[in-house]
Amino acid sequence: MKDLLEIRNLKITTLRGKETVRLLDYVDLNIPKKCSFGIVGESGCGKSITANAVLGLLPYPLRVSEGSIRYDSRDGEKELLRLNKKEMQAVRGGEISMIFQEPMTSLDPIFTVEKQMAEAVSFHHPNAGRGEIRERSLEMLKKVNIPRPEQTLASYPHQLSGGQLQRIMIAIALINNPRLLLADEPTTALDVTIQAQILKLMNDLKEQNDTSIVMITHDLGVIAETCEEVAVFYAGQIVEQANVVELFSHTAHPYTQGLLRAVTSLGGATRKLYTIPGIVPPGGQWLSGCRFADRCSRCTERCRQEMPALKEVSPRHLCRCFQNSGEVDA
Amino acid sequence: MSEPTRDKLLDVQHLQVYFPIKKGLMKRVVGHVHAVEDVSFSVHPREVFALVGESGCGKSTTGTAILRLIEPTGGKVFFEGRELNSLSEEEMRLKRRDMQFIFQNPYSSLNPRMNVWKLLSEPLRVHFNLSEAELRERVEEMLRLIGMTPDQLERYPHQFSGGQKQRISIARALITHPSFVVADEPVSALDVSIQAQILNLMMELQQEMELAMIFISHDLNVVRHISSSVGVMYLGSIMELGETEEVYRHPAHPYTQALLSAVPSHDPLHKSKHIVLEGDVPNPASPPSGCPFHTRCSRCTAECREQKPALTETAPGHFTACHHAGAPKA
Repeated sequence: MKDLLEIRNLKITTLRGKETVRLLDYVDLNIPKKCSFGIVGESGCGKSITANAVLGLLPYPLRVSEGSIRYDSRDGEKELLRLNKKEMQAVRGGEISMIFQEPMTSLDPIFTVEKQMAEAVSFHHPNAGRGEIRERSLEMLKKVNIPRPEQTLASYPHQLSGGQLQRIMIAIALINNPRLLLADEPTTALDVTIQAQILKLMNDLKEQNDTSIVMITHDLGVIAETCEEVAVFYAGQIVEQANVVELFSHTAHPYTQGLLRAVTSLGGATRKLYTIPGIVPPGGQWLSGCRFADRCSRCTERCRQEMPALKEVSPRHLCRCFQNSGEVDA
Repeated sequence: MSEPTRDKLLDVQHLQVYFPIKKGLMKRVVGHVHAVEDVSFSVHPREVFALVGESGCGKSTTGTAILRLIEPTGGKVFFEGRELNSLSEEEMRLKRRDMQFIFQNPYSSLNPRMNVWKLLSEPLRVHFNLSEAELRERVEEMLRLIGMTPDQLERYPHQFSGGQKQRISIARALITHPSFVVADEPVSALDVSIQAQILNLMMELQQEMELAMIFISHDLNVVRHISSSVGVMYLGSIMELGETEEVYRHPAHPYTQALLSAVPSHDPLHKSKHIVLEGDVPNPASPPSGCPFHTRCSRCTAECREQKPALTETAPGHFTACHHAGAPKA
């Protein structure tokens, strides 16, 4: 395998009453080794469930109905969707880790930080002694720049601030040297000055440990700051994918263009903000043609009839649009 | 912007809000959370004044204390020349016709058991004595202003998207034709593409209804776009105050400088150069001596630790609370 993670034709569905509803439609993604990969999109576009599917964390009634997720693990290639519970647990936290949006709710309030860190280590290294685990926890806390690590180990989550908790989440996620870190909106619940600290920390750790990071966010600024490769999700599909510089300088898809214009017109010369008309369609209630058609200014009859394919518009730059001339309309 | 000839609509003088910390069976008061500490500013008619800062800095408490939704501990608030704290509850209730509040989360601020008609007519029933026909006319006029149609009057909040719900909240606040409104993070709960729509709507309505507004937000880009003056808050105090463009172009306070630099840039080729602040915001229950920012400030000296700097004019109309105000040294 060339890449660390290969997602093919991933389709995720849920049940609404007796009806099966699609939430993710045939998504292909390759996450290279030692890469920071960004997934950007608005709520309900399928970005978080893609990450959850990788670790087998989809809550019922969500399920993967088709596709494959292949992962190049330390001991050979694995098809993650076919692992049994025990095999999956070995991957989760050991090979692939995840950090979640809200550090305040993802740690257990009734255990100390030490206990929660030790659990992560001893699960994957049952023979590790207590002293060894403590030493490792302390070292990890120092790596994520926690002041007074000894004192922090003895603390309960409610005694720590949001920024500190997110550092601890990162420390737990990285304590077994995973090769892939899935970060689902890791800074959304944090203030900007704390966000800057956490993003810098994640970048540093990636450099030190050769870990690949998948950064899932709705914030194009976070993507521009931290990622090398970006996929833009809309209504359960990838609509555009490219290198970060290419994506921001030669934006091809009208949706990505709209998102960028909406954020960059803030503070710009004109008082009136650029807006994408309409609303994000809720899961499963998608148009049969291009899913962005009724919000798109360049929509044609063909867009309403036919679903455009994800095609290369320039080398390694994919876009799902019939009108992908490449440049923003003047 | 602030010619001395123009009358102030709202004048906040030395506003102070402390929350008691109670402990034990007897609920003995063991200390106070200093949520708002000596905040003064004024808002002119038809002006948008923004309060910006990170979570816990007291910006929302300031907004709610101005409308006396919580009682301030000290200080005075003048609205159209009248001191609000001296008003009786009944007089205050009447005043609220002219001063309204828009809440952050439209998902929880609208009663799920009231349809749009009830939600929008309720404020009118409380404040005015109108016939059914007049009520209908006012409600329909307001609906038109927020871009909705009368056939949606019978629907309930859960049948609307987040953006539409926020439109309804805005309509509910503005239907009594107030001259002043406090908007507390009105777009933070919304998707990026919807945020722009709501901001445009708010700016249109502000112009059309000649509203003065206090816009509370942690989003620095949004604040720059919507406001003409801004107050930057940290740990219950205003650190910097002035015209928005002036403060953003020439921030004089080290905290404002760090805050502005922490905003991720949307250009992957020109990443913003962050001033990464060390540590966390101190606990407002035991605020540091002297300057509230001195524990994280790179320019901190002995003077800062002992004496709290007053808000002083560092450029015309631009006030900074710092002993070492000015551009950062290279």
